[in-house]
Amino acid sequence: MKTNLIEHLWYFFLRVVTYSVVIVVGYILFDIIRHGIPALSWEFLTEAPRRSGAEGGIFPAIVGTFYLVVGTIVIALPLGIGSAIYLSEYATQNRFTEIIRLAIVTLAGVPSIVFGLFGLGLFVLFLKFGASILAGSLTLACMVLPTVIVASEEALRAVPRAFRDASLALGATKWETIRTNVLPYSMSGMITGAILGIGRAAGETAPILLTVAAFFLPKLPKSIFDQVMALPYHLYILATQHPEADKVLPLQYGTALVLLLLVLGLSIGVIFIRIHFRKKYRW
Amino acid sequence: MVKENNKPLGNLETVIQVRNLDFFYGQVQALFDVSLDVAARRVTALIGPSGCGKSTFLRTLNRMNDTIHGTRVEGEILIHGQDIYKDGVNVVDLRRKVGMVFQKSNPFPKSIFDNIAYGPRIHGIKDKKKLAEIVEKSLQRAALWDEVKDRLQNNALGLSGGQQQRLCIARALAVDPEILLMDEPASALDPKSTTRVEDLIGELREMYSIVIVTHNMQQAARVSDFTAFFYEGSLIEFDATKVIFTNPRKKQTEDYITGRFG
Repeated sequence: MKTNLIEHLWYFFLRVVTYSVVIVVGYILFDIIRHGIPALSWEFLTEAPRRSGAEGGIFPAIVGTFYLVVGTIVIALPLGIGSAIYLSEYATQNRFTEIIRLAIVTLAGVPSIVFGLFGLGLFVLFLKFGASILAGSLTLACMVLPTVIVASEEALRAVPRAFRDASLALGATKWETIRTNVLPYSMSGMITGAILGIGRAAGETAPILLTVAAFFLPKLPKSIFDQVMALPYHLYILATQHPEADKVLPLQYGTALVLLLLVLGLSIGVIFIRIHFRKKYRW
Repeated sequence: MVKENNKPLGNLETVIQVRNLDFFYGQVQALFDVSLDVAARRVTALIGPSGCGKSTFLRTLNRMNDTIHGTRVEGEILIHGQDIYKDGVNVVDLRRKVGMVFQKSNPFPKSIFDNIAYGPRIHGIKDKKKLAEIVEKSLQRAALWDEVKDRLQNNALGLSGGQQQRLCIARALAVDPEILLMDEPASALDPKSTTRVEDLIGELREMYSIVIVTHNMQQAARVSDFTAFFYEGSLIEFDATKVIFTNPRKKQTEDYITGRFG
């Protein structure tokens, strides 16, 4: 009887905790959508800002964030998958690889502003890329790399050893085995890493603040060495640095909503790729 | 130690000669001084209780143990007189010549056609007509062609357990091996599928030298020409299957085949 009561209390408590998390997230989304939708208009989405963002649209920032995310994934995915393949398929499992893994996990916990400073030092100043899409994407790539590596390693480990054995026993080399009978099956898991990366890369402000983002640049970039505006940084400017902060409040909500939709859109695109791989290779 | 003058193979052609093989997983020795000859185009069965080293022994024959970190081999394994553990031996060529079928059927999650064509493709055959020929021939040899010829593009995982195992045999045959290693190929199958696989082994022995690990002594008696009994990492007795099952020379062998232990 008493154990039954305790059981019920725990059940009730855990339920309340879960619901409150859902409610908080739901309220944030609801608030952004409610205030953001009125700000959305064709002009807002397709035009450049005027009067430091108090009027006009956010098109350059949308394009900027899109380029940064794509650049980040293009850099981080091959690097991350490559290191994951090395770590889980080739490297001898010993103390050294343990230390590398620990370093990767630790890297995932480094504050993003530190990545920003690192990017400023290495890419912007030392390698002389200047404040540019290239420097920003590289910095963001460093930041999401641990996530991509960890997700990719998980995905590789999930492929049964039997597939590798069968392939090796047919006389395939190790690389042939990995290329034809491990990577295709682990693709969907690796893409999950990419989705998590997209979310972080699109939303972070600190790393791009020091390496790429322009305060006010109402035109589109011409090359990867140009600066761009970016949605999170634009949002930060509107919310805290703008002389008419109250007046641009609807624009802040609109920007936040667009950022969410952009991440959602990119993620959905990637999820479709993942579904494709899942369907193709199931075991 | 004086070796007994025991030549169970008689005048048969020998394809594999194992000489004083020791095998180690790290510090743990799993095989002790195993010497054994495998006859060409005959079936050699390896029997013994779990953990006796028979599977480990089988996997030394195509160097699959190389994939396990920290393993070490001493002694010699000669295939047509060539030591397969000598420096400079191409493992890819070896495994092409020495095919393997695993205990649990492990088709790739691809189409039936692509499963069979996988080996030939990695060995450089691109011609579609040639591949189709190989696929048909291999499936016929594995007695699976009639069952799957109308659905070669279907996923191999849609086949039944017995069919999957015969598919794995066909896949191994597709690279045209000379020797076929089978690690308890029927232990996960129902009796009917087991019979089919056993019949298949009977047909394949015309063309291939087969080494099969089995838990099932009736199976060893049914399918094999020679039987090796392993116990605790040592080869206890090796002789013609008929001799092992009717008139074993060692007491341990007799105890095992009469079911007194194991």
